[in-house]
Amino acid sequence: MKLIVNGRARHLDAHPMKRLLDVLREDCGLTGTKEGCGEGECGACTVLIDGVAVDSCITPVAHAEGRKVITIEGAARTRTGKALQNAFVEHGGAQCGICTPGMILAAAPLKPGATLHDIKTALAGNLCRCTGYPAIFRSVDAALHPRRKGKRARAR
Amino acid sequence: RINLSSAFIAADHSDIPGQNYVALIEADQPCLAVDEVRHVAEPILLIAHADKQALIGIDAKVTIDYASEKPNYDPEKASLCFKTIAIDKGEIDRGFRDADVVVEGEYRTGHQEQLYIETNGVIAVPGDGQMTVYGSLQCPYYVHKALMVLLNLPPDKVRVVQTETGGGFGGKEEYPSMLACHAAILARKAGRPVKMIYDRVEDLVATTKRHPSIVRHRTGLTRDGRLTAMDIDVVMDGGAYATLSAVVLSRGVIHASGPYRCDHIRIRGRAMMTNTPPNGAFRGFGAPQTQFAIEAHMDRIADHLGIDPVTLRERNALKPGDTTATGQKLGKDTSALPVLREAVRRSQFKKKRRTLKGTSRGIGLSLFFHGSGFTGGGEVKLASKASLELTATGARILVGSTEIGQGTRTMHAQIVADALGVPFDAIDVHGVDTAFVPDSGPTVASRTCMIVGKLLERCARDMKKKLGELTPSQYFRKHGAFTVTAQYEPPPGLLWDDDRYAGDAYGSYAWSCNVVELEVDPVTFEVVPINVTAVAEIGKAIHPMMAIGQIEGGTAQGIGYALTEEVVMKDGRMANAQLTNYIIPTPMDAAPMDIGILERPYVHGPFGAKGVGEMPIDGPAPAVINALRHCGYDVRSIPATPERLMKARA
Repeated sequence: MKLIVNGRARHLDAHPMKRLLDVLREDCGLTGTKEGCGEGECGACTVLIDGVAVDSCITPVAHAEGRKVITIEGAARTRTGKALQNAFVEHGGAQCGICTPGMILAAAPLKPGATLHDIKTALAGNLCRCTGYPAIFRSVDAALHPRRKGKRARAR
Repeated sequence: RINLSSAFIAADHSDIPGQNYVALIEADQPCLAVDEVRHVAEPILLIAHADKQALIGIDAKVTIDYASEKPNYDPEKASLCFKTIAIDKGEIDRGFRDADVVVEGEYRTGHQEQLYIETNGVIAVPGDGQMTVYGSLQCPYYVHKALMVLLNLPPDKVRVVQTETGGGFGGKEEYPSMLACHAAILARKAGRPVKMIYDRVEDLVATTKRHPSIVRHRTGLTRDGRLTAMDIDVVMDGGAYATLSAVVLSRGVIHASGPYRCDHIRIRGRAMMTNTPPNGAFRGFGAPQTQFAIEAHMDRIADHLGIDPVTLRERNALKPGDTTATGQKLGKDTSALPVLREAVRRSQFKKKRRTLKGTSRGIGLSLFFHGSGFTGGGEVKLASKASLELTATGARILVGSTEIGQGTRTMHAQIVADALGVPFDAIDVHGVDTAFVPDSGPTVASRTCMIVGKLLERCARDMKKKLGELTPSQYFRKHGAFTVTAQYEPPPGLLWDDDRYAGDAYGSYAWSCNVVELEVDPVTFEVVPINVTAVAEIGKAIHPMMAIGQIEGGTAQGIGYALTEEVVMKDGRMANAQLTNYIIPTPMDAAPMDIGILERPYVHGPFGAKGVGEMPIDGPAPAVINALRHCGYDVRSIPATPERLMKARA
């Protein structure tokens, strides 16, 4: 089976029904993708498949065959990934950090200028227990509105 | 009866070389049951296999014969009491004689799950007469002690290493000791490393939760709303074993009379045994339960007397020089009134209280406090240590305090850098590994900044003295490395009498006021928080952004506690042990928050800092319930689910 993971073609000998999450962590050694619930509720395992955020814990690897998978290790390859990573550091968007890879990948498809409502909707499937979310909204907002840099982001 | 091939490793209590209990406060909880199980998740037998897939469905190959007894799930009908506490201040009868009115009430809170996003997990690596455990945990020396007792090994043969930990909130205070013991027993028997990671269902079913509580108030007041007598009864459901119930109850009862002045107080507390998995540490540690009760009660009193909730609190709020329920005389940093006034101002509480009346929106507030550090003589008993080692470029921090997302490493490094007079980047923080770091006490009780941070500040000042005129690198080149260690000493005059349960319960207190504005859907009874204001006085915000992060995060957990987080127990087992139906706040539920920080330095805290981590979860639930009362819903138990609200419609 062939996957393009973070821009690199991977030929894997995995059962087609194996969870994409386990393939990434165990077969590819990419442990940045986290498991929080194993049932598609918390979003900690979010990755991008062809640019769309999915829960890798409920995605069989067969579903990703021949497609482009981006994990947190490759997030900087996306248009917004690097800015999001920097903004999460700068605005306290990460506390314990376990939800952060999923948050960043769920936010990555957002377009510059996205509203708070757009941000909330993009992150609706991702749970964080540390921040209560306002700092995550501020981080994503800052990444998507680079001109506002230096000023306090509006989103709360 | 076990029917397994030799590729499996199975272990029971007979495989334990030392003592079969999880060492904590009491020696009552077995690591593996011998002939009695008290709850549905009690471990009996451990099974390991090199391939985790081989373990799926393994329970079908094991038969355990049970003789059943009738379980008890009602803490008020329990046959075993883990702990009772009595606090008496003044003469309660006199207080009621002085009263014009008496208001009574009963308030209930349910279990709450910490719900760290990373579940509990450890790896045990056996060695020649030794054991190393790596794990997601808060308190490495708790695990260290449990393993020493279990394996009958001396301290230097047990090593505990904290791995990056995906959240704790108290849920990784005591349970990792149990899990580490299990992995160690298997690793010892298998002669190879064993990894145990709970899946979400296992974690929800088996690990500790916040203690459910029943709190009853009988309060005497003058007609103009001054407290004359507070008679309070606190019952906490401990679950099947003692774990930390005694100290959860302790913090609970000490905070039960709220941030209020009253000369005549009687508080009685009991922690009772029931047949559910043990309840344990969760951010707030007893204080959210009892302060929910007093704060919901205060608004009922205000209604009863026809006084507005702000005025009632202004008349009774503790001020510098007043004494608490335990008779502790409060210092200059006592800030109940400043936080109340600031929160009322910022939220436009008084105006909205008038304009929202009679609409589907309501606004409510809560005033609360939280003692920083271990309760009573706890810090003296812990006698925590912290060390600082000179390096070629600055200094390295050696503490057993864990980073679990709250900012331990950054905040400690800031304190040391400032006290030593070097840049932040000159400070390293050693990983938490019992082979290298001293026992700084557990990472709990809002003590990591105020207590351990203060030890580090002392280390840094001692180091600076020794360096004289030299910079760290100059000194290092000339004389080489050295290490400074500081050990906790109580501030002068801090006295606690554990027999009478009186005296200085905490070195200091942080103070806070929450205002919640919300809307109730009159058809579905769904509650939507519209605006949340939290003003906190925390001595000094060492890292303001992270302090705000603690307040926002704790406040969100408190709103979950108030509205949606319901652990449904069925026959002593959590019936909704999934994220699908145990509902924590999602991004869509996040209400806008306005956070205000006030600073009134505590003289014995590092740069004036007090604790901040736990307090934010004490206040949101009563503020929500008081806002619901403003909308016409008389709610006295949480969570205030739509079903409960429908019944509570006035």
